[in-house]
Amino acid sequence: MFLSRRARATLRAFTSVGFAVLYIPLIVVLVASFNISNTFTWPPKALSTQWWGRVLRWPGWTLKIWNAIKIEALRESLLTSLKIALFATILALLLGSLAAFAVHRYSFFGRTTLSLLVVLPIALPGIVTGLALNQAFRRLGLDLGVTTVVVAHATFCIVIVYNNLIARLKRMQPSLEEASSDLGATGMQTFRYVTFPLIRSALLAGALLSFALSFDEIVVTTFTSGASTQTLPQWIFSNLSRPKQAPVVNVVGVIVIVLSIVPVYFAQRLTDQEPGAAGR
Amino acid sequence: MRKGFTTAAVVGLLALTASACSSDKKADTATTTKAAEVTTTAGPATSSTTGETTIAPASDKGEGAVNIVAWAGYVENGTNDPKVDWTSAWEKESGCKVNVKIGNTSDEMVQLMTSGEYDVVSASGDATQRLMAGGEVVPLDLTKIPNYADIFDALKLKPWNSIDGKPYGAPQGRGANLLMYNTDLIKTAPDSWGVVFDAASPSKGKVTAYDAPIYIADAAVYLKTAKPELKITNPYELDDKQFAAAVDLLKVQKGIVGEYWSDYTKTQQAFEQGSIILGTTWQVIVNGAQGNKAPVAAVLPKEGATGWSDTWMISSKAKHPNCAYQFVNHIVSPAANAANSEYFGEAPANKKACDLTSDKEFCKTFHADDEAFFKNIYYWTTPVADCGDDRGKVCKPFADWEKAWTEIKG
Amino acid sequence: MTSAVGSERTTTGKRLSRFGQQHPNIKLGGLLTGPVLWLVLAYIGSLAALLIAAFWRVDGFTTKLVRNWNLGNFREMARTTVYRTITFRTIGVAFAVTVICMMIAVPMAFTMAKIMKPNRRRLAVVAVLMPLWSSYLVKSYAWRIIFIQGGVLEWAGLPSPGFGLTATVILLSYLWLPYMILPIYAGFERLPNSLLEASADLGGKTGRTFRSVILPMIKPSLIAGSIFTFSLTMGDYIAVGIVGGKSQFLGNTIYAKFGTANNLPLAAALSTIPVVAMVIYLMSVRRTGALENL
Repeated sequence: MFLSRRARATLRAFTSVGFAVLYIPLIVVLVASFNISNTFTWPPKALSTQWWGRVLRWPGWTLKIWNAIKIEALRESLLTSLKIALFATILALLLGSLAAFAVHRYSFFGRTTLSLLVVLPIALPGIVTGLALNQAFRRLGLDLGVTTVVVAHATFCIVIVYNNLIARLKRMQPSLEEASSDLGATGMQTFRYVTFPLIRSALLAGALLSFALSFDEIVVTTFTSGASTQTLPQWIFSNLSRPKQAPVVNVVGVIVIVLSIVPVYFAQRLTDQEPGAAGR
Repeated sequence: MRKGFTTAAVVGLLALTASACSSDKKADTATTTKAAEVTTTAGPATSSTTGETTIAPASDKGEGAVNIVAWAGYVENGTNDPKVDWTSAWEKESGCKVNVKIGNTSDEMVQLMTSGEYDVVSASGDATQRLMAGGEVVPLDLTKIPNYADIFDALKLKPWNSIDGKPYGAPQGRGANLLMYNTDLIKTAPDSWGVVFDAASPSKGKVTAYDAPIYIADAAVYLKTAKPELKITNPYELDDKQFAAAVDLLKVQKGIVGEYWSDYTKTQQAFEQGSIILGTTWQVIVNGAQGNKAPVAAVLPKEGATGWSDTWMISSKAKHPNCAYQFVNHIVSPAANAANSEYFGEAPANKKACDLTSDKEFCKTFHADDEAFFKNIYYWTTPVADCGDDRGKVCKPFADWEKAWTEIKG
Repeated sequence: MTSAVGSERTTTGKRLSRFGQQHPNIKLGGLLTGPVLWLVLAYIGSLAALLIAAFWRVDGFTTKLVRNWNLGNFREMARTTVYRTITFRTIGVAFAVTVICMMIAVPMAFTMAKIMKPNRRRLAVVAVLMPLWSSYLVKSYAWRIIFIQGGVLEWAGLPSPGFGLTATVILLSYLWLPYMILPIYAGFERLPNSLLEASADLGGKTGRTFRSVILPMIKPSLIAGSIFTFSLTMGDYIAVGIVGGKSQFLGNTIYAKFGTANNLPLAAALSTIPVVAMVIYLMSVRRTGALENL
């Protein structure tokens, strides 16, 4: 390596500090969830598990995590958020892949415009996207609900999948697909047996980030959800103004992180496998 | 292919814009000018011979659901805390499933109501007149709300919840905007709003004010006494000179403000931590902070104060009018009103609610039947151009208040 | 070879594949229809409809939309100084946040991509992703506890900037940091070690290698990350309300015009500011290939 030992040590130290800064606020959240005060004061005058007790059934909760959450509105909003994130990610995967293949394989008028168009939903501030979609949905007479939120989320998640895929397609050796056709495989078969395994990890990386984006999104969601739809971020927001119960959100924050560590780790492991990609 | 892409883009744009224009024209002709002259609306509404909109559904049966826009804590059904529930029993009894959308500001509530997706709203006085003027809500058929009779007379048929003697909503409760201060750092209790408008205040940087255009009225309330030459009688009816004076005062205030607040958890926290030591507050915040042993106290200054009274209103586009009426009747009943006003922290509107609160001192603390207290309170109403007196139509409408507020905050 | 047996039967899949091969344009059309319809009709269409509203106005009394075309909103925007102040303040904060994020992300991403061992690297990427799963609101309130008087900073004996612009910049930099680290990390991953070693062989010291080799190669990733930080900052109205003290930003103002004033045309007119700013930025960085690195 071209870096001196001292440079590497400095960089390592800097990175450790960086991660510490990234996690200190999360530790504050953890401590705050045990703070007896109902108004987020500091330092905690006393510690208490009352907020945890409000959220989780303890002990005696069955293996079903679902039943462990006592607050019904929280359970429902968690379910809604997961549902929306799932559908939005699937849609984004579909549309993003279609667009990525089209742009990579063919040259057509409006190709560069499409790249710009795909980026726009995420590049424009959420409040503008939210306002625009809200007005559009209302004028088209659509009822605001889960579907409209899925549509809105998918729109800005497309670019995540698109970019991951295009980057991978660029690095892929076209010779592999050509070899497959030479050996007599049809387009469909080539895709299934050759292309897909190669792009799978890129799709997964895109899906993971899309899911995270949609799960924690609140601005666009506020404008595109209806009377009976409440996502987790919306529940958290409304709970902050509910008298005497605001600190419950800290408990929820911790729970969500803990629950997502394992799935994210495994998803990340899957994206690391890159058979046949261009080597270093 | 080249032409295809561009054509698709252009067609798409035109199509959407065209549909936007045409579908709105339909909605526009439906609700034109003032509420009294509304002719038709979509859905179950019908027009009566006098030209007013009423909702006259075919039968009295509930529609199975009711969509409500309300403040957080007004409509609790046990899903957030099983002990906090005054709705689920009624839901079962009436067969109307309650869907609540929490509005974070009363202005957001106006916005949501205009979409026509909601049946009932709990609107504050600064929003109710906009709803009434825009024809978004209907005058109530009191035969369907028997509990209305038990409401304090002082809250009935007020400018913010009625037009020409017809009630447009059922009161939920009321509260005043008091002046709170840190007793450790401010030794003598302030008796005038002047302390929050004082450029040389020793509390500089630790003062707070309510973050909404309607707060301009608070400055007017102070000027009514402090500058009698301005001849302010109603803090919501301000002509150019009076308005300019209030705005200037608020710009001075900005220099000493630490934070503007709209969410009371934040401001309670600020007072408890000591980052704010003086400013506008609600009784519920005082109680909360004192309950947490914070050194605070509140006063009603000598100039009086602004206050608010929320109103339950029914949408003119309600898709579930029967359930809507049944809900409003339920929410202003003694039991429900006692429960939700105690939970939220405001004086209840129903006289009989005071016997049903769990804290027997509740009504006393919140001055529920203390008309002498509320005599000096100027309830939030929407400022309109018509001054309502011999000045004519020279007062500043709410749009000007809103613009000014952005400029004040800078 | 599996295809030897399969090639005897003409399945739908095969028929489609052959058709696609013989008519590449239709295949292209098929690929594009979905995304184009979605993006152009749904998104651009609604965006256009919103921005068209900027040319209308609301009736002051009934707050209903009045469709006579006029430039009133834009004139008011230009005339009122406060909108200019707010715009510059927001753009300034966006700039500061972008720079801070870059300065923190580049060393971190480099260490992750080039110095860490593969096992550690994977953990590091997961560690960067995890904060994204904690609610944005919860994190913002945690920072409020950190900045407030007597809060975590002051309790630890450190000076706190209190609520205001500094606090806002710090909070936003924190919130968007993972979005800056990820593209830069991906960019570093694609950077062949051989290039760095070649530079060292040719006599380049660390600084020189960084300036002349590394920086140009990761520039697209830097710009990609900056697109996130800029747009997220310009549209934000929640986080700034939590630690911003008495400051107001473009996001709050647009939200207020829409919600408080029920003045959709003015909100739409104000929305053109961030839209125009971002579109200009995007068009100018298109060439650097940053758009493909998000």
